[in-house]
Amino acid sequence: MAKVKVHLWSALRAHADGAETVEVEARTIGQMLDALRARYPGLAPALDAGVSVSIDGRIIAASLTEPVAPEQEIWLMQRLKGG
Amino acid sequence: MALDEGKDVKGGHDAREYDHQGPFRHVGTRPDRPDGVDKVTGRAHFGADAYAPGMLHAAILRSPHAHARILKIDTSRAEALEGVKAVVTRADFAEGLEGEDWNILENIMAGEKALYDGHAVAAVAATSKFIARDALALIEVEYEILPHVTDVDEAMQPGAPVIREGAAEPGLPEGMHPNVVRYHESGHGDVEAGFAEADLVIQRHFATEATHQGYIEPHACLAQMGPDGRGDLWCTTQGHWNVQKLCASLLGVEASAIRVTASEIGGGFGGKTTVFIEPVAMALARKSGRPVKLVMSREEVFRASGPTSSASMDVRIGMKKDGTMTAAEGTFRLQGGAFPYAPMEFTAMCAFACYDLKHVRQRGFDVMTNRPKQAAYRAPGSPMAAFAVESVVDELCQKLGLDPIEVRLKNAAREGTRASYGPTYPRIGLVETLEAARAHPHYSAPLGPNQGRGIACGFWFNYGGETSVTLALSMDGTVQIAVGTPDIGGSRASMALMAAEELGIPYEDIRVTIADTASLGFNEISHGSRVTYASGLAVIKAARDAKRKLIARAADKWGIDPEAVEWRDGAAWPAGDNAGSFEPLTIREICAEMGATGGPIAGHYEATPEGAGVSFATHIVDAELDPETGKVTILRYTVVQDAGKAVHPSYVEGQFQGGAAQGIGWALNEEYIYGEDGRLQNPGFLDYRIPVASDLPMIDTVIVEVPNPGHPYGVRGVGETSICPPLAAVANAVSNAAGVRLRQLPMRPARILEALEAQTDGEG
Repeated sequence: MAKVKVHLWSALRAHADGAETVEVEARTIGQMLDALRARYPGLAPALDAGVSVSIDGRIIAASLTEPVAPEQEIWLMQRLKGG
Repeated sequence: MALDEGKDVKGGHDAREYDHQGPFRHVGTRPDRPDGVDKVTGRAHFGADAYAPGMLHAAILRSPHAHARILKIDTSRAEALEGVKAVVTRADFAEGLEGEDWNILENIMAGEKALYDGHAVAAVAATSKFIARDALALIEVEYEILPHVTDVDEAMQPGAPVIREGAAEPGLPEGMHPNVVRYHESGHGDVEAGFAEADLVIQRHFATEATHQGYIEPHACLAQMGPDGRGDLWCTTQGHWNVQKLCASLLGVEASAIRVTASEIGGGFGGKTTVFIEPVAMALARKSGRPVKLVMSREEVFRASGPTSSASMDVRIGMKKDGTMTAAEGTFRLQGGAFPYAPMEFTAMCAFACYDLKHVRQRGFDVMTNRPKQAAYRAPGSPMAAFAVESVVDELCQKLGLDPIEVRLKNAAREGTRASYGPTYPRIGLVETLEAARAHPHYSAPLGPNQGRGIACGFWFNYGGETSVTLALSMDGTVQIAVGTPDIGGSRASMALMAAEELGIPYEDIRVTIADTASLGFNEISHGSRVTYASGLAVIKAARDAKRKLIARAADKWGIDPEAVEWRDGAAWPAGDNAGSFEPLTIREICAEMGATGGPIAGHYEATPEGAGVSFATHIVDAELDPETGKVTILRYTVVQDAGKAVHPSYVEGQFQGGAAQGIGWALNEEYIYGEDGRLQNPGFLDYRIPVASDLPMIDTVIVEVPNPGHPYGVRGVGETSICPPLAAVANAVSNAAGVRLRQLPMRPARILEALEAQTDGEG
């Protein structure tokens, strides 16, 4: 499985050995989040609270099945909602 | 995975959705809204219009204390009153809830403590409203009054009363008060290095008060629950599937046990995205075995339904003499009442989103106070951020002698810019709004004495969410569309226009209905400016599904392949010379025979669209200040915003104007005022002043259309971004008129006079 590079927002980095980006093997957002939980258990509370994911600037609010690929720019973001 | 059969391989809701660039026959026109006659004649049914045989009336007992331990509740005298059929307290709701469900239960019915003035502690259902209210007076509650705190900065100080121990989430900086429950930090670059490159660095403190969404219609519902454990709920809401989910959780029943029907809605603006009274009415209905109607008074709406957060903010920006912004940082402290989830992360992420910054950092703190649980309000968290940031940008422009639009254009985020919150922007429309604002006659119009002009930009993310639509064809070829997103801004007209565009039939042949929770798949709330984007996308896909089926019927009748049939002008046509020579079959002709040619025809779409494009706006406002009274008059206001594609331009313009009007109120007059006793002092429209028509000029609008790649027609949500710039734009205009900076909202006359007098004293 290919590795994807995931950018973390600043407050998450303390739970990932201070890294701004981490690499995990994943083909979908769901696999990516599971891999992050497994590798960095300290991230689990923030991930479980809900996150959105930006893929090449397109913000994925909820889908776990959205494909991810190594060449994409991937950012974790706190879960979006609106008014 | 999305279930759209026509989707692309990569998830179905990506940049390749944009497939129809026009010309359009229906989209972009301005027909009358289908619900208009009902609303102007009083025929429309709002939340309080629901009735049922044998219906009881409910009332809620609310805490008069800002913070108090509930030692004892004795309901026996109330229960003994003739006409009282049920009394409920916290004991009548589910136990063992966690997370936000527990927070919502704690908010709609107090547990061990009353956490704010107006917090519900018990409720009564009786045969009349008067008996219910009399019964409230017979409920004896013994309180132990506790110290309280309602100010966000005070709540963070050592020694501040603790609202709830153990509420903080992991990841907080060391040494935080227990009232600080969440923390956000994001950004990139080295801000100190960036500030070192600047010719001028300005750092300022800002504060905004909590404001209410101010919808005209109060919360209202009718609940019934039979002895079989199944119930119905009619209510005014922005999201009835969410109401169903929350009521089921708070009552400890299955979701399918409760069918929820959304009434017409008299405004929501985010404030009707959660529940306040609905589970209480359901609990009373369950206990009494009778239908129960519960309607909030305006005072209850103010005291116990969600206002927005108040904020305390520090912003620092560096700029070169040529207007280049070198670095920016901000700290945003928001209180969200006695519960977590004030939207401080959105405040932080939106703060500098309009700018291309090499060095940027933002931090957010979520703080609990003894106030009601905040609820979403149009672009939650973003308007206050824009107020702080755009005020500093304006001051930098003034001090460096630079044009405020040229500076914003110089630093504007555009496609390829790394956003302040991290990702790289795809195609966005900020530059186009700034260019349109610069070209607008308003920007170059002369100003008179005591008048000032303000400019500000704003940003919001927008949202997709779970969406289900059914498009059913009638035997006469007319169309009935069932959507699950309550119509809070004219969306039924937009849905009908998009279906008319796809099917090639008249707008008038389409009826759009908001279906109940038993009639469609799950639908996310009408929030996040998502309805025209997500439900619109679903309507288009459902219409295309129906077209495929219509084409198949024609192909079958002609004995040719469906690929040899095309759909245009409301009819199936043979496509090309090889298809054969057939007279076109209209939608009416196909539907007249559908029972005998394969059965009823309907199009469906169920998915979670994930391509909501982010949105930007630029506002221009002229204000005049009376230096003797401090009164501000808004003389002229222009909203320029990217809509992607305006489906019904009148309703897009209405959203632009509505956001501006609410933002003007937030800037000038609206505020929650708490007394020393922690009680809300102004729970009514007499003392909580929203703008009325005579306070405002006609708000001019310019629709910019930079297509969103995530929607078939390029639509972007427009409902929220319009409230992001006004706080800052008005503050800049007033500050420019006054000659002194106003950094605390609202800019009520007394506050302006104080600032003018302080300036005079300083000069003296």
